[in-house]
Amino acid sequence: MQTIVAYVENKPGVLNRVASLARRLAINIDSLTVGPTENEAIARMTIVAHTDEKGAHRLESSLEKLVDVRLAENITERASLERDLALIKVLADQANRPHLMELIKVFRGRVIDVAPESLIIEISGTVDKIDGLLEVLRPFGVLEMARSGRIAMTRGGDLLRPPVDEQVVTAA
Amino acid sequence: MKLTGAQILCESLTKLGVHDIFGYPGGAILPVYDALGSSKLHHVLVRHEQGATHMADGYARASGGVGVAMATSGPGATNMVTGIATAMLDSSPVVCITGQVSSKLLGSDAFQEIDITGITMPITKHNVIVTRAEDIARAVREAFLIANSGRPGPVLIDITKDAQQAIAEFDWDAAAPKLPPKRARVNYDQAEFDRAVALLNSAKRPIILAGRGIMLSGAMRVFDKFVRTANIPVAMTLLGIGCFPASDPLNLGMMGMHGEAWVNTAIQEADLLIAIGMRFDDRVTGDLRTYAKNARKIHIEVDRSEINKNVPVDSALIGDAGETLAKLLPAVNVREHGDWLAHIKELRGDSAVRDIQSLPDNGHLYAAHVINDIWKETHGEAIVVTDVGQHQMWEAQYYHHEKPRSLITSGGLGTMGFALPAAIGAKFARPEADVWVVVGDGGFQMTMCELATIVQEKIKINIAIINNGFLGMVRQWQEFFYDKRYVATPLVAPDFAALANAFGIRGERISSRAEVAPAIRAARASKETTLFDFRVEQEDSVYPMVAAGASLSDMIRRPSSPLVETATEP
Repeated sequence: MQTIVAYVENKPGVLNRVASLARRLAINIDSLTVGPTENEAIARMTIVAHTDEKGAHRLESSLEKLVDVRLAENITERASLERDLALIKVLADQANRPHLMELIKVFRGRVIDVAPESLIIEISGTVDKIDGLLEVLRPFGVLEMARSGRIAMTRGGDLLRPPVDEQVVTAA
Repeated sequence: MKLTGAQILCESLTKLGVHDIFGYPGGAILPVYDALGSSKLHHVLVRHEQGATHMADGYARASGGVGVAMATSGPGATNMVTGIATAMLDSSPVVCITGQVSSKLLGSDAFQEIDITGITMPITKHNVIVTRAEDIARAVREAFLIANSGRPGPVLIDITKDAQQAIAEFDWDAAAPKLPPKRARVNYDQAEFDRAVALLNSAKRPIILAGRGIMLSGAMRVFDKFVRTANIPVAMTLLGIGCFPASDPLNLGMMGMHGEAWVNTAIQEADLLIAIGMRFDDRVTGDLRTYAKNARKIHIEVDRSEINKNVPVDSALIGDAGETLAKLLPAVNVREHGDWLAHIKELRGDSAVRDIQSLPDNGHLYAAHVINDIWKETHGEAIVVTDVGQHQMWEAQYYHHEKPRSLITSGGLGTMGFALPAAIGAKFARPEADVWVVVGDGGFQMTMCELATIVQEKIKINIAIINNGFLGMVRQWQEFFYDKRYVATPLVAPDFAALANAFGIRGERISSRAEVAPAIRAARASKETTLFDFRVEQEDSVYPMVAAGASLSDMIRRPSSPLVETATEP
């Protein structure tokens, strides 16, 4: 699994270009998140792809050839943090609710909705952690789940910032 | 100045130095055609939109500038797809302009509405849909910039009909391209550069693999200097032909699937490959597991995504070929490589004797003879535009190109039907040039409607149909790999000379070797287009050949004798 961070133009069709490129290179995307940055013209993507280092090189260098991609970088080998967010709706009756609450606490999840027959749990963390909670919740009955996909950031002084200077080219 | 979007488009193209546009009108592009009538632009009416894109491509390849093609929405736009993909695979700077239904109708499946930006996304360098007149000038300027910078490629601009009709302020300066900024990359560090220099200066058996990137970079002069300083022999890709004179002793000619056996052997024995502006295509390398096992590799390439894609390299110098070679040149030692060059000469061995040109005239006409005669009679100075297949390989083997941009051919996509329209484009780019189409009887029938374009535009090109009554290259594969089961390759054709006459073009059928040279001379002397139907040996094959996926060391050689002598119907 390889993790690529990309800064792209925040406008229609760009997600399609990125996804289409991965498809063309026959690289399966495990998760792709996109969201705004502090600069409204730019969106940030985290792409987690089922490929090796060579495939990742091909993907990030081809991504950077797209006019609408300002930067694409493979951060798989860099010291970095990854987070996934999940909302999990689980069956919960009076009898097993205390036990459930205990488990959620161990995983540092939060209960954000309580209904007579169910709870919604919010949990963020690494994929392993969320998979771990999911595993122990399964016997209670998982009714529904939504996961955000991973976002990633390199640690400390290893900054990955988008190039922002408006480039006015007068060559043509 | 207030103008309609259509007028802004025409003004912008004129300001960018465009003279000729290849296109076909229709409903959604009509406002632009109306504006074209009162502009300085010359519009070439094609007979099929695929032809328009190939013409723009041929124009770009012959000139080094940007070629422009135009079509209406829907089927007009989809007909361009093959031509756009052809330009993409060969890094050709083509700008395609398509009309689109009005913006308020987008997504409604209106008459002749198609999502052409969606369709062409993977086969363009960039594409854009413009829905406002005030955005047209910038879109055109950006398209030209993108198409012809870095690694060139096609760009498509889809303009809605309401944007063509609306009135906006035309302010050229305010419409300067504003592309998203890119991160400044370090292409290579000093260590990478030093590694390349050390490899170059210590190699005993080096070979340069020269590709089209050298021409796209305009690096012919510095490349020439580099080659002569280091005395390194040059093998070329199909699209690299012309970047170094064929007559130079250091030029080995084409490598790969239909390269000379001794050239491929030399590559397999080399201790260093210096790949410049080429991408280690499978037609060049054969089986990657056995490819140039003894060689270290240096890759000089403008496109970072090509590095280590097919062949892992020891030193990658990312950047423009000319700039990189200029940096390398002072660091490269003057070398002789006498033993290596002598060894390569030995490898040639009996290849000249085996060559079909050296065999006595047996009364039959071979394609290689025709091409060799075209070469001789044009003194190697013509622009030859080929189609795809056997004749294309024979052209690469027997027409000896001395100058860049003198061979125009569809390499990457291998598009049949390319030659005739691309030659028309090349003629518009270089009206003074002697332009020859070399095309098979199969490919010619795909786009022969463009003969009418030649007549309507009153241009002169020469057309040599290498007619063997088969889809020859496919037949050859069937002969070698499918036990001669010739399924769907025997091909009925019209009487091409009579067909030419029907278009108002001089047509001539040639069946013997003695007739070839005088006929070519007469065609060159004529002010009008001549179409030749060269009736050549039906079941001749292109030799040598590396089977697809086989090792470069494993070549099928031309049998010394006897030659194939299938009768041709006169």
